[in-house]
Amino acid sequence: MTDVEDAIHIHVNGQARTWRSGATVADLLQDLDIRTERVAVELNLEILDQATFDQRQLSNGDRVEILGFIGGGTAAKD
Amino acid sequence: MTDDRLVIAGHEFKSRLWVGTGKYKDFVETQKAIEASGADVVTVAVRRVNITDRSRDNLLDYIDPKKYTILPNTAGCYTVEDAVRYSRLARAAGVSDLVKLEVLGDERTLFPDTAGLIEAAKILIKEGFIVLPYTNDDPIVAKKLVDIGCPAVMPLAAPIGSGLGIRNPYNLKIIMETVKVPIIVDAGVGTASDAALAMEYGADAVLMNTAIAGAQDPLAMAEAMKHAVHAGRLAYKAGRIPRKLYATASSPIEGML
Repeated sequence: MTDVEDAIHIHVNGQARTWRSGATVADLLQDLDIRTERVAVELNLEILDQATFDQRQLSNGDRVEILGFIGGGTAAKD
Repeated sequence: MTDDRLVIAGHEFKSRLWVGTGKYKDFVETQKAIEASGADVVTVAVRRVNITDRSRDNLLDYIDPKKYTILPNTAGCYTVEDAVRYSRLARAAGVSDLVKLEVLGDERTLFPDTAGLIEAAKILIKEGFIVLPYTNDDPIVAKKLVDIGCPAVMPLAAPIGSGLGIRNPYNLKIIMETVKVPIIVDAGVGTASDAALAMEYGADAVLMNTAIAGAQDPLAMAEAMKHAVHAGRLAYKAGRIPRKLYATASSPIEGML
């Protein structure tokens, strides 16, 4: 993140975040230290193809969901 | 029984015991239990990645997708929309086209909403998913699921996590006899004899989570389940004797003094 004019406000997994303008989904994952393989990303309810993570730029107000696999069998929420 | 392989939509499985990965103490225990169970299909849930705790381990670092078939599930979904959304997310994460489809009907019983299940299955099959539906022990619903293109059906033995064992063996038997796709009995198993019984009835596989993860010694129970499923399968193939009310002597009467 640089100065305020360059900042965008986004939601990542329900949390409000300030991010640098011009960042892509791939940048976001890298900054969050999340490996891109075996995660799914939803950008404003659109499920992205993993191959396009580095082409999709984030904009002010974007809602990003990053999902992965956790332990579960047949269970209720968590 | 090395040739006794289970094949579903082109996927071949060695083990007839499938296991869940929830409720374990940690990933190491999860990994050890799966290993002890001999399972080669493991089901996993799709959830938000923890973005604040970056050090958190990844389940798939412990369960190698090259070694195991990862079966993503839609656990926790109560609507068709949610189940479809989670299935698509699971596929986008890139481990498999398989999905264990759950559309739950209510929080207390966790029984499937079978109308929603059929609707969601139709949508996903059209999108090329291999849909393995978690369903009630209802033979009519099972048949409908097969008719719309499910390559296997996963009827419950009892409510999820209840450990009650097979509550309705006759319905399960009817499903096994009338539905010509593999049947995986899923949910409700409590102990090894429940799993063996499911296999003796003719189930093609059994899926469980709580019975192993919730046991006092999960690794020992995992091993017990491995043997139970194997024994049940052998007994099913061997063919049991009919039940009779009165005795039949095992030793010949002829030659007695």
